[in-house]
Amino acid sequence: MIDVHPLVIFVAAIFTSNMIFSNFLGMCSFIAVSKEVETAIGLGIAVTFVLTFTTVLNYLIYWNILQPFGLEYMMFIIFILTIAAFVQLVEMLLERYVENLYYALGIFLPLITVNCAILGVSLFMVYRSYNFLQTVGYSIGSGIGWMLAITAMAGVRSRLNLKAMPEGLVGAPITLIITGIMALAFIGFSGMVQIQ
Amino acid sequence: MQEILFTALVVTAIASALAAVLTLADRTVGNYGQVQMTINNDKQFTVEGGKTLLSTLIGQKVFIPSACGGKGSCGYCKVKVHDGGGPVLATEKPMLTEEELANDVRISCQIKVKQDIQIEIPEELFNVKEYDTTVERVEQLTKTIKLLRFNLGEETISFKPGQYVQLKAPAYEGNDEEVYRAYSVASSVNDPNHLELLIGYTGGIATTYVHQHLKEGDEVNINGPYGDFHYQEDDGGPIIMAAAGTGMAPILSILQYMADHEIQREAIFFFGARTMEDLFLSEKMKEFEEKLNFRYVPALSREESAEWTGIKGRVPVAIDQFIKDGAPYSAYLCGSPQMIDSIRESLKEHGVPEEKIYYDEF
Repeated sequence: MIDVHPLVIFVAAIFTSNMIFSNFLGMCSFIAVSKEVETAIGLGIAVTFVLTFTTVLNYLIYWNILQPFGLEYMMFIIFILTIAAFVQLVEMLLERYVENLYYALGIFLPLITVNCAILGVSLFMVYRSYNFLQTVGYSIGSGIGWMLAITAMAGVRSRLNLKAMPEGLVGAPITLIITGIMALAFIGFSGMVQIQ
Repeated sequence: MQEILFTALVVTAIASALAAVLTLADRTVGNYGQVQMTINNDKQFTVEGGKTLLSTLIGQKVFIPSACGGKGSCGYCKVKVHDGGGPVLATEKPMLTEEELANDVRISCQIKVKQDIQIEIPEELFNVKEYDTTVERVEQLTKTIKLLRFNLGEETISFKPGQYVQLKAPAYEGNDEEVYRAYSVASSVNDPNHLELLIGYTGGIATTYVHQHLKEGDEVNINGPYGDFHYQEDDGGPIIMAAAGTGMAPILSILQYMADHEIQREAIFFFGARTMEDLFLSEKMKEFEEKLNFRYVPALSREESAEWTGIKGRVPVAIDQFIKDGAPYSAYLCGSPQMIDSIRESLKEHGVPEEKIYYDEF
């Protein structure tokens, strides 16, 4: 893993190792908030933002505190703590300084705390022993990949609303089926770059 | 052993560092400092920023009607925010009409005071205060209706005959919610140390509290007065009053006011009930009949007994019988929306001018 260029990891995180389509992480908000393109993009931006900063923060904590003291097994708890605290902090900052974004994101912001794609990226970053720049590339890429997936899904679902559908498929079931089909399509990218 | 302690120490240290950052952020970023709140362009308040508009106003002893306690579910606490309210929130939109949105109306329990803010509220809300009262007397008027007399102690309340107050029902056994409910004042405006309310048992949170838990000597929190249903001095013609059940309360206050000021306008009061058992305060009505140019006409819709020689049927039946030409009258109605609708129809048919029909729905 050491010699892969951060930019390659960035591109791979968007297409070939997409958080949703290849890892199936962050599904809850992916299914719940993919009804309208506009809100999907809003949540996507918020996830990308939080994901990038918490992963970098977790990188610093892991390699500078946990690893030297031999406390790697505590990383789950510590990562969750930093994510929760960071989201709180971001909420306060946005409310004060970027009011429009704060109101646009609404309740999505606190929801991000429990988005497992965010914890997932922090853990993968450790398991794959990325260096700092690779971590940055990976986290930004994962965020954009997640945003791409939810936006695409919102686009599909908003068109789906116009069609008659069997009752049993309305809502989450059809969303999961579409996710599967989209994941198949994304496999087509896998020849491009490979990081796993 | 050492390892466990060490681990705990490191985790605690990291958690404390995060907590410290958050506390610091709360003190600096979350601290909006002092902001200026201007009400109706003339009253200035310097308030601590960061709280909701409703609680900031209550902190300044300005009371806005609110039934749900700031949860954003009742939509009563509307105020006009001309400047500094920020964008309209998703939690407000379901409770505001297009017209209200165009007129700067906001739900005050949902928006935060973060900068200098300019708001507009009805002038009479400045008169609204909070009172710690004690229950002086409880009187069972009918099977389901109680009259409660509250003592305001040293404090006085100034209201117009016909207005209402809000009573706070605290949490009690079987109910963990604190609610405010509105009741019209039945007592005289000339007795500013006391309030009398008629409260009927419906099985709801507040009426259950009043009927099953409240005793003489208990302390009750009341705020008010509110409402634009009240006696109008300016039109001097004859008056029609109509009410059912606890709707008699504001009418009582109006009659008391007329008696206190010896207002000899012709007045007739149609009181709707089911049977003779539902009638109350008949003695009091007799007193008013003696003192005033006043007539009390109960109309019973379900009374079968031969003892009853009065009106049989609903209030509109009585109106048909007593009102020939409605044009000179003004009318005061208090009751359920259905009852008020039917009486308004009937009054309009008799020629009572629509703009002189005042009513209070509950």
